Amino acid sequence: MMELLETVFVRNNLVVAFAVVGVTIWLSYLLANKLTAGRIHGSAIAIAVGLLAAWYGGVATGGSRGVADFALLSGIGLMGGGMMRDFAIVATAFGAQLSELKKAGLAGMISIFAGVIVSFIVGAAVAVAFGYTDPTEITTIGAGAVTYIVGPVTGEAIGASDAMITLSVAAGLVKSILVMIGTPLVARYIGLNNPQSAMVFGGLMGTTSGVAAGLAATDPKLVPYGAMTATFYTGVGCLLGPSILFFIVEALF
Amino acid sequence: MIIYGVALLSACLVAGMLIGEGLGIILGVEANVGGVGIAMLFLVLACNSERFRSLTEGAAGSGVKFWSAMYIPIVVAMAAQQNVAAAIDGGVLAITAGVAAVAVSFALVPALSKIGGAPEQEANEEESAP
Repeated sequence: MMELLETVFVRNNLVVAFAVVGVTIWLSYLLANKLTAGRIHGSAIAIAVGLLAAWYGGVATGGSRGVADFALLSGIGLMGGGMMRDFAIVATAFGAQLSELKKAGLAGMISIFAGVIVSFIVGAAVAVAFGYTDPTEITTIGAGAVTYIVGPVTGEAIGASDAMITLSVAAGLVKSILVMIGTPLVARYIGLNNPQSAMVFGGLMGTTSGVAAGLAATDPKLVPYGAMTATFYTGVGCLLGPSILFFIVEALF
Repeated sequence: MIIYGVALLSACLVAGMLIGEGLGIILGVEANVGGVGIAMLFLVLACNSERFRSLTEGAAGSGVKFWSAMYIPIVVAMAAQQNVAAAIDGGVLAITAGVAAVAVSFALVPALSKIGGAPEQEANEEESAP
């Protein structure tokens, strides 16, 4: 019986991964709606579940590839590997209208670049404060503070260790969840009550799921304005992270 | 044809990666310099160009939209194959970096919103001028 299961699962590993991830996401969205009343977006819970499962996988198998080290779940490694990840990220740029960027205006555009650079600097500074001295490691953590996707994209592009890449995903996830929960709480204090500030907010925070959920909890009318700039944030992060920002860090350390 | 959109997406990624890898060689660093970002730039340009209309609309567009919608599931799979066991010691660093980045970014919203006041007014004036 076990042998039969293993034969089928291993032979169809990518397809198994689709099913497993699908069920995980379904459960996560259920949890998000039932337990947090949608305050934390289902995607953040799903990613957290993924990291938790990866931790268990690592402890149980002693391997370095999380749940992908279980033979039955080896397809997760393929589905979540660098190639599929980059393919899907690039696809998210589809439908981005340059006219939207013009509508966001100078403030919107400045906020996107400022958001990426400031988050990066803060993340990198924290890494330095924690005693990291390798430019590759500092850059990867800084990129993780940008978003949970800019971290691994940057880390892999500049050859960071898998532990550093994992930390960058975690940092990005913390950021995303914090934006979801924190936005309605601080909205009043940061003047987040009009389209203009929502656009600046989207550009500064950048984490698309965080911005969407955070603004929805603050004032649903603001969501499209925040999304307008947040859409471009990951692209700018993927562009600047493994290039200019990495070179600056390398020159400094 | 769905495959046309998928092929466009693939071409953008491959082109971006080639340029990123080439930049790395030119600049003498062992890195793919901005490849994914460059690929995204290509796709945005293609989406906004008349010439590529047939590859980005209709069924061909669905081919790209499908992969765009697979983004979060793929990120979940990515999370599930991280080396968390080895990284757990740095957990405090990850949390601190995330929290600090959010705190500073929140604080910047009012400042940048003010800068933004000017161009919006200009735009309004332009619209009302004629």
